[in-house]
Amino acid sequence: MPKVLDNFQISPLVWKMRVETPALVAKAKAGQFVILRVNEHGERVPMSIAGLDKKKGLLTIIYQVVGKTSALMTTVPGGGELSDCVGPLGVPSHVEKWGTACLVGGGIGIAPIYPIAQAYKEAGNKVITIIGARSKDLLFYEEEHRAVADELHVCTDDGSYGHHGFVSDVLKKLLDAGSKIGMIMAIGPVPMMKVVTNLTRSYQVPTWVSLNPLMIDGTGMCGGCRVSIGGETRFACVDGPDFDGHKVDFDLLSKRLGAYRDHERKAMKHFLAEPGCKLADAVRDFKYPDEK
Amino acid sequence: MVEKIPKKDRMKVPRQVMPEQKPEDRRKNFQEVPYGLTEEQALIEASRCLECKNIPCVAGCPVEVDIPGFIDLILHRDYAAAARKIKETNSLPAVCGRVCPQEEQCEVVCVLAKKHQPVAIGYLERFVADYEREHKLTRLPEIAPPTGRRVAVVGSGPAGLTVAGDLIKLGHEVTVFEALHKPGGVLVYGIPEFRLPKKIVQAECDFLAEMGVKFKNSTVIGKMDTVDELFEQGYDAIFIGTGAGLPNFMGIPGENLIGIYSANEYLTRSNLMRAFDPDDYDTPIIHGRNVAVLGGGNTAMDSVRTALRLGAENAYIVYRRSEKEMPARIEEIHHAQQEGVQFHMLTAPIKFNGDDQGRVVSMECIKMELGEPDASGRRRPVPIEGSNYTMVVDLVVVAIGNSSNPLVQKTTPGLETNRWGNIVADPETMQTSRKGVYAGGDIVTGGATVILAAGAGKKAARAMHKFLMEEVKK
Ligand SMILES: Cc1cc2nc3c(=O)[nH]c(=O)nc-3n(C[C@H](O)[C@H](O)[C@H](O)COP(=O)(O)OP(=O)(O)OC[C@H]3O[C@@H](n4cnc5c(N)ncnc54)[C@H](O)[C@@H]3O)c2cc1C
Ligand SMILES: Cc1cc2nc3c(=O)[nH]c(=O)nc-3n(C[C@H](O)[C@H](O)[C@H](O)COP(=O)(O)OP(=O)(O)OC[C@H]3O[C@@H](n4cnc5c(N)ncnc54)[C@H](O)[C@@H]3O)c2cc1C
Ligand code: SF4
Ligand code: SF4
Ligand code: FES
Repeated sequence: MPKVLDNFQISPLVWKMRVETPALVAKAKAGQFVILRVNEHGERVPMSIAGLDKKKGLLTIIYQVVGKTSALMTTVPGGGELSDCVGPLGVPSHVEKWGTACLVGGGIGIAPIYPIAQAYKEAGNKVITIIGARSKDLLFYEEEHRAVADELHVCTDDGSYGHHGFVSDVLKKLLDAGSKIGMIMAIGPVPMMKVVTNLTRSYQVPTWVSLNPLMIDGTGMCGGCRVSIGGETRFACVDGPDFDGHKVDFDLLSKRLGAYRDHERKAMKHFLAEPGCKLADAVRDFKYPDEK
Repeated sequence: MVEKIPKKDRMKVPRQVMPEQKPEDRRKNFQEVPYGLTEEQALIEASRCLECKNIPCVAGCPVEVDIPGFIDLILHRDYAAAARKIKETNSLPAVCGRVCPQEEQCEVVCVLAKKHQPVAIGYLERFVADYEREHKLTRLPEIAPPTGRRVAVVGSGPAGLTVAGDLIKLGHEVTVFEALHKPGGVLVYGIPEFRLPKKIVQAECDFLAEMGVKFKNSTVIGKMDTVDELFEQGYDAIFIGTGAGLPNFMGIPGENLIGIYSANEYLTRSNLMRAFDPDDYDTPIIHGRNVAVLGGGNTAMDSVRTALRLGAENAYIVYRRSEKEMPARIEEIHHAQQEGVQFHMLTAPIKFNGDDQGRVVSMECIKMELGEPDASGRRRPVPIEGSNYTMVVDLVVVAIGNSSNPLVQKTTPGLETNRWGNIVADPETMQTSRKGVYAGGDIVTGGATVILAAGAGKKAARAMHKFLMEEVKK
């Protein structure tokens, strides 16, 4: 069983976990993901690769508490174990020399865009990175990104830090200012990826997005992860997760992500009410965005 | 030894009926439907066999189980020996006794089938295998001295498990690589608990592990290591038994609405992830009230019966041909009928409609009639114009078959595939176009049966042993 080296909080609802999976790490590339289970009775949850330490065989996952399984993940201590972790899954990000690559990470997307930025940099690109969160306390990995990017733009929705506004606003400014951006890769919540691709369409800059539909096996066996790309059905776990953002049906993706909403909320409520389950205060006080 | 009755009287003994859960009870639970024969019944059933000289039953079995041989051992009350006799050619009797389509294999050709009812070979096979397991009479077979040869088996379905068992006995080192977190292939993720309890599959895998087979679960070959990398790591021969795990969809409008599952997804959620037991397991599953399952095979029957057990008020099979053409086992169709599944034959969906949240709410269908026979020899369904009607549904399971999963083929240069993407293998040796690489089961044949997959594993193991001993120098 894969051993967890450490697992700690990096912003109110975001944790960073490092897992010892040398064989997996040896094969993994930026843009791929893993599927893990915390315990025998748990769900299989997909998580992007947020960092690879090839020397030490360490996989970094950065995850946001959004429901029961991600909350449960916070309880695994350093030195503890996961039930299983399979990967690397999916097709690695298509890294080549474009000249200037612009990488956009919103919210939890700040994490997976980081190894991709590294890969683009190594491939000889000028890397412009834009990261954004709702507010300052939700921001993380700024230093990491600063170390890689030739140009880093940070923004918050509420203006509590960096540019006041969305990542797409910053991107628009760059494009309007005539930045010679060869390609864009955007990772984040579905609405953010949708806004970014709508924006870049008129500038005709190739734009990749990384899709996160519900998944089970991650090998193309179940079809649960199907997405619609240019009107054609594709399986995100084997054909993606990266796709041409200008062809993605984001509304379908949004809807499909809500398939188990009621069930998930009930499961989370039950879990939070469980006596004796050692959760950080932030997780204990968890509220869905539409709750007070 | 049970006294043998004269042959002419044997025909008068009626075939034993396997006791099973009552339909009204079992449609609400996931426990196994048939209970198995009692010892007394097994002895009576065994006494019906005529010990035919020309053994048509054996010829009907794809792996030629010595049927009169094991039945005779039952009459000697040596059930464990009977189980071992079966295992000489079929490594999974507890599974095959339950899921083989006996009615078209060993039993259909039994001489008793002509005028009476055939010997219940499957029931007896299940009886002895269960007896052996439950009475802890499984003995580790003799393992040959280590040969120093290493074998990688990719996929842990019946084909892969058979190869692993046969080669470990011959002294080779065997590692099984499985993409999912549990071994067993379709036996664990597809076929439901009420037809094949998972503890039986687990027992088979545990047994192999005890013999020394190493299982590496959660390892996707083609993503983790490729076939060539396995060779580089020192494996001398490789068996590919990755099954037919790529679900087909209908390609009609609305198919991506919430509430439309492939059978693979629906069954995997319920079986492997145990969504039927929400108090104990976390994976969710949609509980439909009006559930339509599209297709007429075993997978469709398994899906529709799962839907009933998950509380469906109406569970429909929607199939575009007539009942006669349904590929599912007769026993399973009966079971489904008894449990209250409603059959809509000669019907095809043409479109799904959803609500504003993107959930399926209804399905437009068209009636069909049978036309001329097609390439498969079955009469082709032709739509009847203007016969469209709408069915109210909140869950649809698409069970119209699987194609082959391309992960291994795509990452193995020089591995020949046919136009459906199946791996091409020699029918006798199961050798592929690559030296030292063998393949069998659904990845070669397309969706078939457990016993055919296990049989292919047997053949491959034989050829691989020869290859390992003659061509791999150590
Ligand atoms: C390829 C891929 C990469 C991902 N990478 C990351 C990552 O790096 N960090 C991170 O925090 N999250 C990531 N996710 C999303 C993550 O898998 C889900 O947040 C997680 O499964 C939620 O489980 P839960 O039980 O905590 O929440 P639930 O209560 O089950 O769900 C809450 C929310 O999470 C979404 N969700 C639930 N199950 C899944 C699932 N199996 N796949 C995708 N979304 C799901 C639901 O739509 C819902 O909105 C990724 C998803 C995919 C498909
Ligand atoms: C729902 C259902 C019901 C059925 N009912 C019956 C029945 O009643 N009777 C009957 O005889 N047959 C039945 N069948 C058919 C039978 O189950 C299959 O023919 C049989 O399981 C095929 O065995 P296999 O070993 O070829 O592959 P599978 O059982 O499909 O196993 C293949 C395994 O390989 C793994 N794998 C795939 N790719 C990789 C990879 N790249 N790396 C590592 N592992 C990989 C998969 O995860 C899987 O576990 C049924 C099938 C289904 C789906
Ligand atoms: S393996 Fe299947 S076909 Fe062969 S004898 Fe047993 S039940 Fe019959
Ligand atoms: S054909 Fe029937 S009666 Fe004859 S040996 Fe086989 S099982 Fe017995
Ligand atoms: S997750 Fe099952 S096919 Fe993609």
